[in-house]
Amino acid sequence: MGELTTVAPNSTAQANLDVFSATLQQLAETDRNLLVVTSDSRGSGKLVPFGQRFPKQHIEIGIAEQNLVGVAAGLASTGKNVFAVSPACFLTARSFEQIKTDVCYSNNPVRLIGISAGVSYGALGSTHHSLHDFAALRAVHNLTIVAPADNVETEQAIRQAAASETPVYLRFGKKAMPLLSDDQSFTLGKGRVIRDGHDLILIGTGETVYPALQAARWLEDRHRIKATVVSMHTIKPLDYTLLATLAAKGVPMITVEEHSVFGGLGEACASFLIQNGYRNRFRIMGIPDEYTVTGSQAEIFTHYGLTEKGIAAEALNLLA
Amino acid sequence: MEIQQLEQIATQVRRDIVRMVHAVNSGHPGGSLGCTDFLVALYFDVMRLKEDGQGTVIFDMDAKGEDVFFLSNGHISPLFYSVLARRGYFPVSELATFRKLDSRLQGHPTTAEHLPGVRIASGSLGQGLSVACGAALAKRLNGDDSHVYVLMGDGEQQEGQVWEGATFAPHHKLGNLTAVIDLNGQQIDGPTSLVMNNRDLGEKYKAFGWNVEHMEGNNMADVVAKLKASRKDADVPTLILMHTEMGYGIDYMMGSHKWHGVAPNDEQLAVALNQLPQTVGQADY
Repeated sequence: MGELTTVAPNSTAQANLDVFSATLQQLAETDRNLLVVTSDSRGSGKLVPFGQRFPKQHIEIGIAEQNLVGVAAGLASTGKNVFAVSPACFLTARSFEQIKTDVCYSNNPVRLIGISAGVSYGALGSTHHSLHDFAALRAVHNLTIVAPADNVETEQAIRQAAASETPVYLRFGKKAMPLLSDDQSFTLGKGRVIRDGHDLILIGTGETVYPALQAARWLEDRHRIKATVVSMHTIKPLDYTLLATLAAKGVPMITVEEHSVFGGLGEACASFLIQNGYRNRFRIMGIPDEYTVTGSQAEIFTHYGLTEKGIAAEALNLLA
Repeated sequence: MEIQQLEQIATQVRRDIVRMVHAVNSGHPGGSLGCTDFLVALYFDVMRLKEDGQGTVIFDMDAKGEDVFFLSNGHISPLFYSVLARRGYFPVSELATFRKLDSRLQGHPTTAEHLPGVRIASGSLGQGLSVACGAALAKRLNGDDSHVYVLMGDGEQQEGQVWEGATFAPHHKLGNLTAVIDLNGQQIDGPTSLVMNNRDLGEKYKAFGWNVEHMEGNNMADVVAKLKASRKDADVPTLILMHTEMGYGIDYMMGSHKWHGVAPNDEQLAVALNQLPQTVGQADY
């Protein structure tokens, strides 16, 4: 394999978290019913400006994630448009019971915002990583699970979540996310085809879509392999229509996620494909069943091959 | 409503409870019977509920302008269902479906069955106070002067989340919130003091910043008076320690944890119903 290129993030790239903060402020300008609820997470959620502009629409809970989700459910039950914001690791583990019962089972349409998701916290270690959230939450009925890949997806996901009549979980990370495509159409539950190709299909979600796109460009440049790249931002409900269309091409498929290889995007896709008679060669890339190595998010991605180079190598392997 | 009328309704509700759990040989009669006077007082006298012109209750999840109640110890569902039905939220005849296939009356209340009157699913203990805090906060933000009530068990106080909610309510000055603890001293495995001693719950809540009151939970006049009095403080939430006897109203059930989650057999049912004369004007379902 030759030297790999590194595509620099484009100049307009912002962290999805910044887009979240800005979008919420825009929504709050016209929606006085919108509330942001935080668990000592307003700083890490980039929500200090929101609290300054809309002090009556920000509720502080303190370091109490169970109460965060319970209070959010109580607010939503009376018609408030509630965004409950907390690090994804705590929100989806410490408050799992409250998400299950108070939000989903009781159908209180809280917008659960898991910040600094996946391994965004890097060297803070496994206590602060959320590599279980897709798996755990997929088993809970009545929850839309979304990991936006770029700024466009993030803004649209927030706007669509704000209008949803059922609960939504959004997770995103801390780093600047380059725009993936000029096509800015986005619908929750509908995968976004970023690039079309007939040799290989790469399906990412959240922060793994961009390295998948880099890998696809490199494979075409160096090996004339044309890969389709999909941002499967909505993990549940999964876009089965798109999956079937992609699988019908009959070419190998690779899923890539910043999550345990157990129970996330890859296994969700595999379950659909195998039960519907598709027999494409198939690989799940993600974090293996172990405690992650110490390092930054980028270092952890590199260690586990969730990079341009790692994804391309896996693709060549699968195509060989 | 007159105290005597409330007591008559409570008797009818107690009949419903024992008949419901007997019919399916399962359910939680003990706590249900102990909290009957409280819930009857709340729904038939204390709470301001949304009604049509004819006095029939209207259920609306937004609950704007009306008082709301959350049941945190969801296992006393027979009581909750009976009171909701008797108050007119759904037909009394539906009580006969309790715990049966396709019933809206699950063992624990759920909004998923769209049963009018149920505002949150409960059954996993320790969660109701947080939800009630959210609803009380929403009312304050909306400039809505109505009140929020939540009932918890005393065993439930062993859950950590309760104390997250207990910290939150005084901090946010939720004077429109009244939390009631059913202090019957029993939980499923035995006396609360032996399973895991809660010690002085009143002192704990006082230290967290609540007004703390005591109430004789099986004395209707005291229940009505204390519940009404708890609405008066604008900025400080009220915690009522409600002293009840588990199984109240049926001599062989009273004061024992053994009837926490056990239904009476045919003979025991007959004895129980003999002790609960049928209320004038209200028929068994």
